[in-house]
Amino acid sequence: MVRQRRGPATSKAPPMKPAPFRYIRPQSVAEVCAILAADEDARVIAGGQTLVPMLAMRLARPSTLVDILRLPELHGIRRENGAIVIGAATRQAEAERSAAVANDVPLLSAVLPWVGHPPTRNRGTVGGSLANADPSAEIPLVAVTLDAEILVADDTGPISLSADDFFIGPMLTTVPATGCLTGVRFPVWSEGHVGVGFHEICARRSDFAFVSAAVQVACDADGRCLKVALGIGGAGDRPVKLDLSALVGIRPEAAAVTEAVNAAAQGLEATSDLHASADYRRRVAAVLGVRALSDALAQAHIKGSA
Amino acid sequence: MHCELRVNGTMHEADVEPRKTLLDTLREDFTLTGTHAGCEHGVCGACTILLNGEPVRSCLIFAVQADGYDITTIEGIAPAPGELSVIQDAFCETHGLQCGFCTPGMILAAHALLQHQTTPSRADIVDAISGNICRCTGYGQIVEAVEFAAERLRKANAPIVTPDSNGGAR
Repeated sequence: MVRQRRGPATSKAPPMKPAPFRYIRPQSVAEVCAILAADEDARVIAGGQTLVPMLAMRLARPSTLVDILRLPELHGIRRENGAIVIGAATRQAEAERSAAVANDVPLLSAVLPWVGHPPTRNRGTVGGSLANADPSAEIPLVAVTLDAEILVADDTGPISLSADDFFIGPMLTTVPATGCLTGVRFPVWSEGHVGVGFHEICARRSDFAFVSAAVQVACDADGRCLKVALGIGGAGDRPVKLDLSALVGIRPEAAAVTEAVNAAAQGLEATSDLHASADYRRRVAAVLGVRALSDALAQAHIKGSA
Repeated sequence: MHCELRVNGTMHEADVEPRKTLLDTLREDFTLTGTHAGCEHGVCGACTILLNGEPVRSCLIFAVQADGYDITTIEGIAPAPGELSVIQDAFCETHGLQCGFCTPGMILAAHALLQHQTTPSRADIVDAISGNICRCTGYGQIVEAVEFAAERLRKANAPIVTPDSNGGAR
């Protein structure tokens, strides 16, 4: 009788899910770039909240993991020339708790509770979410909506990319293979009273959004719109910003809001998949856009009348 | 690769492969099997531990990444061997567990919440345990357990204990 073996013999090491890799924790961004330049199969790891599952399923098999999480130059949230600069390795939970972010980039503050769960936000980084470029992720959506600048270092020196140029497709960015994201610069809106709104449709809270809409608006004390930005995530293969300039200079009533958002969402690029058709996504994008903009206007008006 | 981990206040040294998760290291190298291996790709929350006091998934960290950090597992929550923490006790009293597989993760998530917030709302509790999946209880009694524990912890520190308050320090 043949006895079936139950797993590995005790003398052997138990199996591990990821394929073997080398692990390096460099001391500077320059060193990170040098390692990436020398080995094209090396990959950067920060919080690892997306990369580690990919490794466990062997969908990613890097030769080397370059751990940037502890690099001091990639940490922190600071105000600089009318912008809030967040270091790439700043954890999402830190940004969520930051008074500077809440005050100066309220839209980012509003979406952070929607990013994963508290335990993944304690590890996951702001830069990691951007570099991962998931079309339905909230942080990339805010970056595109607010025209953030993504800061990257490679072996030739620092580069800055507009968020719109940064995301080119699902999980695809224009970061060069030898580049390492170092931070993101969100412009601070100083005009008028700022309101924000965010809505998303997903199977369960914290799952990937089928469609999401983020709005930041600034109004004067009379409720006239000074500046408005609407971004749609999850619909197409990357987050996109829609044009709502028709609302600037007027005091938008409900009908004008619906009309402007519907016009802007016309021809929105959307994809069909298992969860939702492209038609559904386009329709929901407009509905969520209207809701997010209405919330944002109401918030700005309350601040303006206070 | 050599790494040093302070687990439940004790320094542990281990020579681990870089691809070994903190979860496997805790269970296999340190025989701390209270941290449960569920989905092993960051979905279920059964492997939740506290890293420098904050709940994280130990299946999504390699042990080498945790080098030098302070780690608390479910084994480090009780005040003394054979005793239960206030939160663990509350889970027993309100029947906040059935099969018990998710319980260590739930208790650590609740523990971290109650460290920051002494009077959490129901929504705060739901948010804190939203990353932990339970397939038995339907969550109602888990939320109740955390509310109950929060109340007991608040009363434990109250300066005046009236005769009719049946909570108090246990």
